[in-house]
Amino acid sequence: MNAAARFHPNLPARHRRARWGLVLFQSATLFGIVVLMALLYNIVNGAFGLAAVRYRIYPGDLGLDLTTITALPPEQLRGLLAAYLSPGQLRTLEREKPLDQRSADELARLVVERVLRPKVLDTWPLVPSLLHTREIVAEVQQKYPDAEVRWMAWFNQRFLSRPQSSDPIRAGVRTAILGSLWLVGIAALTALPLGVAAAIYLEEYARRDRWFNRLIQTNINNLAGVPSIIYGILGLAIFVRALEPVTSGALFGAVPEGVTANGRTVLSGGLTLGLLVLPIVIINAQEAIRAVPASLREAAYALGATKWQVIWHHVLPNALAGIMTGTILALSRALGETAPLVVVGASTFITFDPTSPFSKFTALPIQIYQWTARPQPVFRNLAAAASIALLVMLFVLNGTAVYIRYRARRSQRW
Amino acid sequence: MSDAAPALEIRNLNVYYGDFHAVRDVSLTFPRNKITAIIGPSGCGKSTVLRSINRMNDLIPNVRIEGQVLFEGKNIYDPDVDPVEVRRRIGMVFQKPNPFPKSIYENVAWGVRINGFRGSKAELDALVEEALRGAALWDEVKDKLHQSGLSLSGGQQQRLCIARAIAVRPEIILMDEPASALDPIATLRIEDLMRDLAREYTIIVVTHNMQQAARVSDYTAFFSTDETRTGHLVEFGPTEQIFTNPKDPRTEAYITGRFG
Ligand SMILES: Nc1ncnc2c1ncn2[C@@H]1O[C@H](COP(=O)(O)OP(=O)(O)OP(=O)(O)O)[C@@H](O)[C@H]1O
Ligand SMILES: [Mg+2]
Repeated sequence: MNAAARFHPNLPARHRRARWGLVLFQSATLFGIVVLMALLYNIVNGAFGLAAVRYRIYPGDLGLDLTTITALPPEQLRGLLAAYLSPGQLRTLEREKPLDQRSADELARLVVERVLRPKVLDTWPLVPSLLHTREIVAEVQQKYPDAEVRWMAWFNQRFLSRPQSSDPIRAGVRTAILGSLWLVGIAALTALPLGVAAAIYLEEYARRDRWFNRLIQTNINNLAGVPSIIYGILGLAIFVRALEPVTSGALFGAVPEGVTANGRTVLSGGLTLGLLVLPIVIINAQEAIRAVPASLREAAYALGATKWQVIWHHVLPNALAGIMTGTILALSRALGETAPLVVVGASTFITFDPTSPFSKFTALPIQIYQWTARPQPVFRNLAAAASIALLVMLFVLNGTAVYIRYRARRSQRW
Repeated sequence: MSDAAPALEIRNLNVYYGDFHAVRDVSLTFPRNKITAIIGPSGCGKSTVLRSINRMNDLIPNVRIEGQVLFEGKNIYDPDVDPVEVRRRIGMVFQKPNPFPKSIYENVAWGVRINGFRGSKAELDALVEEALRGAALWDEVKDKLHQSGLSLSGGQQQRLCIARAIAVRPEIILMDEPASALDPIATLRIEDLMRDLAREYTIIVVTHNMQQAARVSDYTAFFSTDETRTGHLVEFGPTEQIFTNPKDPRTEAYITGRFG
C-alpha cells in the first residue's frame, strides 16, 4: 500500500461526522428560533383580540360612532358632557382645565371615559378571536346580554401616552416608560465613566503580576455573575438607607412637593442598576481596550507621547465603539431587571411621572409583573401590551449597539 | 571610525526578560550621521538592543536592563531621565507599517502637537509638508492629505511612518527591519530614503537582508547567540570590512550563508 492510499480510508467517516455536526448546529439554531417565535406569539396573542365591553350608555344610543368621535365638533362634545355629567363633576373638570380650551381629542376622551364609561367584562387572545369569532359573539350575547363585542388593540398610542390607572381601559404605561428611561439613564451615567476608568486602570496601569490586581480582576469577573437580587439588597442598604439624605434629595432641599420617597427614589434605583451593570461594563471596556493593537500604542510612545496621551488620543478613541456597544448591551440587561428594583422600593402603583432624580418611580418590568399578578383577565392583555413596549425599547437599544459596531467596522482597519 | 563625537554609546548592556538573559555584555558605539546595521540570526537580541536604545523596553513588564546607554554623554537609564523625552529624541520605525487610523496629515501632525508645538496652522502645515518631503512621500500624497493613512500601500505606509518619526525632529532614528514587509521596489525606495536621511540623522537599522546591510550601511554590528540562547555582539566594524574581510569566523559563516 502506498503512503497516499493510507490517508484515504477515513474520508467518508470524516464527512459523515461533519454532516452530523451540521445537523446538530442547525437544530440548535432552529430550537432557538422556535422558542423566540413562541415568545413573540405569546405576547402578540395577548396584546390584541376581542373583548366584551359594557357601556353605561351605548355610543349607538347617542348616535355616536367611536371610530369617528374625535372628528365631531367640540361644541357637540361639550354639549354631551354638559348633558350627562353632574354639575360637581363639570366644575372639577373646569378647574383642571377649562373645557373650551380643551382639544377635540381631549373632549372625546372625556366623553368616552365619563359619559359612555366602557367596562371590560372579558377578553380573548388574538388567535381564538380570529378563529372563533362567531362562537365568542354568541357566548357574550348569552352571558352578558347588554355587552358589546369589540376588537381591541391593547397596545396602542393611548396606552403608551397614559399614566397608570386602576381602570384597565384607561391604564397606560407612560409612567413606567419614563421610569425605565430615568433608571437606564442614571445607570448609564454612573456605570459608563466608572467602568471605563476602572478598565483603563486595569488594562493600562495595573501590573498583572501583582497579586492584588489579579484579585481585583477575579472579583470583577465574579461580580458580573452575582444574582441581581443581591445588588438590590446592596442598593437598599447603601442608597436607600445609608445615603438617604442624598438619594431622597433632602440634602439639596429638592424633595418633590408633598412626596417623601424616603430614599426610594429613581436615583436609588438607577444607582443600583448602575452597580449591577458596572462589572459587565468594566469587562466589556477592558476587552475593547485590549483589542487596540500594541503596534498602535508603540507607534505613539515612540513619538514621545506620555501614557496619558497614548490612552486619550489612541486607545480610547479606538476602543470607543467596543466600549459603547458593550455598555449598551449591559444597559439592556438593566432595562429588564425587576428584582433589584422591587427591593430598592419601586412603587407598584403611581400615576405621576418621574420629574427629577428624587421622584418615586416604577419601571416597565415592574408594571408588567404587577399586572400579571392581578386576577382579572384584562390585565394580562395589558401586561402583554406593556411587554411589547419593553421589547421595543430593548430592540432600539440593541439596534443602536449593532449600528455603532457596524459603523466602527467600516471606518477602522488595522 | 568617524572622528566626531559618537551619537550614541552602549556600555556593557545586559537585558533580561524575567529570568531569561536575552542580551549579554553589549558595548557598541554608533557614529554620528552614519547608518549602522545590526545583523544576526533570529532571536539573537537585535530588536531587544534596539528597543533598549529608546527605552521602548520599559513598556514590557518584567524586563530588566543593566549597563549604560550614553546619549549626549548622559546615561538614558539614569533615574532623572524621562523616557518620554528620550523617545522624542530617539525615534523609531517598526517592522510592520503602523500608521495611526487617522488622516495622512494627522499621522504626521500628531507627534508634533503632543510634543507641545505652539505654532500657527500654517507653520504646522509647513512642518507636515517638510516631513512628508523628507520621507519622499509628498508628491504621492499631497492631493489626499485628509484621506486615511491606512488607505496607502504598504510601502507608502512605511514612508508615512518615517515622515511621522522625522516630524518630531529626533536626533537618532531606530529602524527595526523597516523593509521586511515590502516588495523589492518599495524596499529600494526605503533604502534610498535612508541614505538621504543619513545626512541629517544617525540611523540604526536592524535587518535580515545581507544585501541591504551591505548596500545601505556604513557600519555593521553582527550579533549571535551562545548555547544558552543569550545574544551578544560578535563583531563590529565598517560595513566594507565586515563583508569583505570579517575577523571572526562566525561572522564570515553568517554573511556567506553557512549559518543561522
Ligand atoms: N517580551 C519578551 N518577553 C520574553 N522574552 C522575549 C521578549 N522579547 C524577546 N524575547 C526573547 O529575547 C530573545 C531576543 O529577542 P529579539 O526579539 O530581540 O530577537 P531578534 O534578534 O530581534 O530576532 P528576530 O530577528 O527574529 O526579530 C529571544 O530569545 C526572544 O524569545
Ligand atoms: Mg526582531
